[in-house]
Formats: sequence, C-alpha cells, structure tokens
Amino acid sequence: MGIDIRLPLGLLFLLLGAILLVYGALGDPSLYQQSLGINVNLYWGVVLFAFGGLMFALSRRSVRAATTVRADSTPPSPRSSGH
Amino acid sequence: MTGIDWLILGLYFAFVLGIGVALKGSMKTSTDFFLAGRAIPAWVAGLAFMSANLGAQEVIGMGASGAKYGIATSHFYWIGAIPAMVFVGLFMMPFYYGSRARSVPEYLRLRFDEKTRGLNAISFAIMTIFSSGISMYAIAKLIQTLHVFDGVFQRLGLNSSWIFDFAILISAIVVLIYTFLGGLSSAIYNEVLQFFLIVAGFLPLTYLGLKNVGGWSGLKATLGPSYTHSWAGLSHPDTNRLGVEWFGLVMGLGFVLSFGYWCTDFLVIQRAMAAKSMSAARRTPLIGAFPKMLFPFLVILPGLIAIALPTQPAVPPHARVIVAAEPPGKGIIPMKVDASSGKPMLDKDGKPQLDYDLAVPSMLLHYFPPGMLGLGLTALLASFMSGMAGNVTAFNTVWTYDIYQSYIRPGATDEHYLWMGRTATVFGIALSIAAAYMANRFNNIMDMLQLVFAFVNAPLFATFLLGMFWKRTTGHAAFTGLLAGTAAAAIHHGLTLPAGAVVGIKGGWLAITHNYPSEMAQNFWTAIYAWTTCFIVTIIVSLITRAPDETKLVGLVYSLTPKPEEEPMAWYARPASLAIMVIAGTVLLNIIFW
Repeated sequence: MGIDIRLPLGLLFLLLGAILLVYGALGDPSLYQQSLGINVNLYWGVVLFAFGGLMFALSRRSVRAATTVRADSTPPSPRSSGH
Repeated sequence: MTGIDWLILGLYFAFVLGIGVALKGSMKTSTDFFLAGRAIPAWVAGLAFMSANLGAQEVIGMGASGAKYGIATSHFYWIGAIPAMVFVGLFMMPFYYGSRARSVPEYLRLRFDEKTRGLNAISFAIMTIFSSGISMYAIAKLIQTLHVFDGVFQRLGLNSSWIFDFAILISAIVVLIYTFLGGLSSAIYNEVLQFFLIVAGFLPLTYLGLKNVGGWSGLKATLGPSYTHSWAGLSHPDTNRLGVEWFGLVMGLGFVLSFGYWCTDFLVIQRAMAAKSMSAARRTPLIGAFPKMLFPFLVILPGLIAIALPTQPAVPPHARVIVAAEPPGKGIIPMKVDASSGKPMLDKDGKPQLDYDLAVPSMLLHYFPPGMLGLGLTALLASFMSGMAGNVTAFNTVWTYDIYQSYIRPGATDEHYLWMGRTATVFGIALSIAAAYMANRFNNIMDMLQLVFAFVNAPLFATFLLGMFWKRTTGHAAFTGLLAGTAAAAIHHGLTLPAGAVVGIKGGWLAITHNYPSEMAQNFWTAIYAWTTCFIVTIIVSLITRAPDETKLVGLVYSLTPKPEEEPMAWYARPASLAIMVIAGTVLLNIIFW
C-alpha cells in the first residue's frame, strides 16, 4: 500500500553511494591508513550506488508493468485473501 | 564527526521523515494505521519481522556478548531464533492470520476469554513502553559516549551535560513524527531501510576486522578455543564462557525463551499480520530467518575482533574521543569508568571491568574513516530508532484495540479509533521517555530486559501451544496457567542467585536455595520453571473446568481448522521449502562453528 519501498530505498542508496564514492575519489588518501590502506569510501560507495540503482530500476519496472496492465484494460487478477 | 558524516546522517533523517509524510495520505482507516492495510508483500514483512527485533539490545548487546562470550553468542540466533521462526511460520501463522485477529491479545480473546486477553494486553503494553524507553536510553547514552554532539554544543555555548537529554528528545521527536503520520506502514518501511543500512554499515566493518586479524583462523589463533567454538565445552557450565550447560541452553533459550518471543510477541507477529495474504504471512518469519541466520557475522564477529586486536588506545584525530585519557582496556574495548568519580570500575576480585557495550562503537571508530564512519553511526542510530518505533506501533495497536476499545470506549466510530491510535503514539512516546530515564539507573541493558522477559513472556508459549493444538484448553485454565507461570518465575528468581552476585535485583530476595554458575544459567532456568508450571497448571485446570464450545473454535485450533490451501507458486517459494532450506543452513553453521 502507499508506496513501493524499493523507490525510497533505491534513492537513498543511490545518494549514499554517490556521496561516499565522490568523497573517496577526491578525498585525502591518508585518511585510509586506519582502514588498512583500503579506500573503503570509494569501493563501498560503488557497491551501494549499484544496489541503489538496482532497487530503483526494480521499482520503476513494476510501475511500468502496472501501467501496461491498465493500458491493456485487463483487470489485475484479484489476489486471494488467503482463507 | 566531520561534515560528510553529518551529511549522511541528515540524509537518513530526511528519508525517514519523508516516508512518514508520503504515507500520511494513505492512512484512512484504523486498519491502514494499525495493520498497514494488510497489504505488505512477503519480503518486506519478512525483513521487518527480523528488523523489528534488531534494536539496541541486538546490535550493541550482541557485539558486547561476542566480546565477552565469543562465537557461542550465536546460540541466540541459531537455536534462540531460527527454530521458533520456522515454527511460527509453518504452524502458528494459519491461526493468527486466519482468525483475522488484529493483535495477539485479540487472538487470546477469540480463543480463550476476556480476562486472558486483558492480562496479556496490559502486560504487553507495559513491556513495549519499557523496551522503547531502553532503546531511547541506549541512543542517548551512545551519543553521549561517542561525543557526537559535543562539538555542536561547544560552538553554541551550551552545557554538555544536556547532551543526554537532547539526544532523548531528538530521537523521540523523529520517531513520533514518522509513526504518528504513517503508523505501522511507516514503521515497517523504516525497518526495511534500517536492515539495509545495518548491512551497508557493518559488512565492511567485519571485512576490515577479519582481514586485519588474519581471518577466522587468525582469530582462532589469537583468542583460543573458548571464544571460537559454540558447542564444544557445553557439557558443563565450568567449561564454557557462557556458564551454562547444554540442557539449560537448549530448553531455556532454544525452546522457552525463543518460542515465547518469536511465536507470541505481538511486536514481531504484527509484521506478519500486516502481510497481504495468508501465504505471505506464513512466509514472513521464514524469509526473516534467512538474514537472521547470517547476522551473527555482522553483529557478533565485530565484538570478537574488538577483543582480539592488540590493546592500543590510539585515537584517530577526526574521532575526537577522549578514550585516550582513560586507562587501556583489552583489545580496543575500554574499561568501564565510573561517571561520578572518573575511576575505572572494579569487579569483586578487584580487577577492572571492561565496558563491553562499547565493543561495536569502538570498532567503528577504529576502522572507519570519515564517510564510512557516518554510515556506520547512522546504521546504529537507525537500528535504535526503528527498535523504538516497532515498540511504539505495537503499543498503540494493543492500547487502542485491546484496552481502549474493549474496556474504556467500545462501539465508537473507526475515525475515533484512528484518532486514538495517533493519541496513543504521543503518550506512548512520552511514557517511553520516562522509562528511558529509569533505565539510566541500571547498567546492563540486556540482563534487565531478559529478567522482565523471563517473568512475563516465558509462560506465554505454553498457553499458545496448548491453545492452538489442544482443543480442550479452557479460558480459566489459560488465565490461571499464565499467572502461575509468572509467579513461578518470580519465586525461582527470588530463591536463586548467580555466582558472585549480590542479593537484590540479581535474585535471592526470598532466600538462597541454589547458586547458579552464571546469570545466564539462572535466566534460562527461571524461564524453564515458568514454562513448565504454566503448562502443567493449564492442563490440570482445563480438565477440571467445562470444555469450550467446539463450534466457536474453528479457525483457532489446529484439529478444528481445515489446512490452509497453498497458493500456486514455485516450489522453492513455498513455506515448507523455505523452512527446510533455513534449517539446513542453520545446522550447517552449527557444525562449522561447533
């Protein structure tokens, strides 16, 4: 109901990923001494950005699927309420 | 915290409040507000089912226990959660969801009678307020300890002793806004966000920590077998770090406490009741069980790593923590310092105590540069806040449906109950604030939670088990059994004392008839006594009271209810298949970490 959670989830992780990867790419490399010399911001930022993108794409796809169903004027199949 | 960390924290707050605002328009009936319109997909409900429990107790407490007890802490997951989650999904959900009860206490009214519901509703309402207060207290304490707001307070010329109060207020306001606007949907959506944030914030932590200590084999070499085995040594309380024997662990934790929580606690069951269909409701706990099975690696391992690292009070310059001024602890875990005297706290042998609750926060500060540090702290705060929101949403539902509608004002319009739900959100949070200040007086969060939990919840599963699977169980019996079980728990606690403890909150307040090797052993046995007493008393009273009318029990009791029809779906998505997969995975993990 209301909203598809994948939309805000996708947007949040796209933004978080973008912030981390930009900061990791442009920031001072000496910061990463404490993280064993690994630029965690950059690498993990890329992973989070990709995850955000995937969630965002999935939420868009289900919106498109719903619109297509409506355009075909096929009523969405009523789901069993379970009992 | 630097600018980028604040940016990440701010972004999270914006999304949390944004979700509340976006859902405001969909809250038209009380069902929308209290049960998310019964329209939540299985995977969302499943993640929420697991995350609703992932509050302060879990993230900080499990890391602390990891540092204290080692990998054996994973018993709280592998036998202390998974079997119960599988059981509730496969066998109990057909009655919870199928009866259309709007809450667990309401199921008790349908199955038994009004007084059993009242007892459960009132004790549950008190417990949720208490838990939500403890979450709030934990947030405030953490913010204070990590000096998150110190810079801001200094700049504004405010007294730093207000930080605790300020942190309580801010977390209360944020949770109030989003649960007030979006009800259960808002809480569930935020639990899903929180789940992914915890994974995002903690997975790199475990990776860096393990890499640093030379992987699992390196950890084993540094810490020795007592930290790195979960079952070996459980034949006797003296040969394992938990101080319990296998029977107490399996029966107390694995059966009584675990089933009492995961199968009867409305906080988690509410997530499944909000699912969009019977099959989604049954799959909710099973889907939640998959991440649950793997979470020890995210929340317990950092604790083990924290204790394994070489002791070094080196503080990264950006963290601005005054740990350096304190005496060194063990690993990177600092000593417990008395807030009033500033001196390290000593145990009864005169040895300084470690502040295990700081294991996970210390790990974040140790490994994470600015950026990731913001994400890690945001994940921690998110878990606290959603733990609190979970309690608040369960409280407002039980208050409105099971207390207000039943005893104070029956027969009002649906709009009125929706209004009442929102009002209950406000005063529920106000009461939680009071509970948070009360919690400030106690030290070990987890021990206190377990004590209250053992008294009230331990007998509950006996009542549900008999109620759902033995049609002869009567209302009088359920009520008497619950009271007897709770009384048995209290008496057992009053008669026993864990080794090295002082008479009082730790037990022994009636007389000391038995000494347990550890507090955990005492807790588990309190639960076993409570459950057994409730089980026996309920059976005896059932047999001497008039049998219930069977026609009224259809849909509520196993033998009188037709089997739920399976929706057509792929074999791997069916509840039974999911159950087999998760059990197989859990058995495998137990063997690997034997």
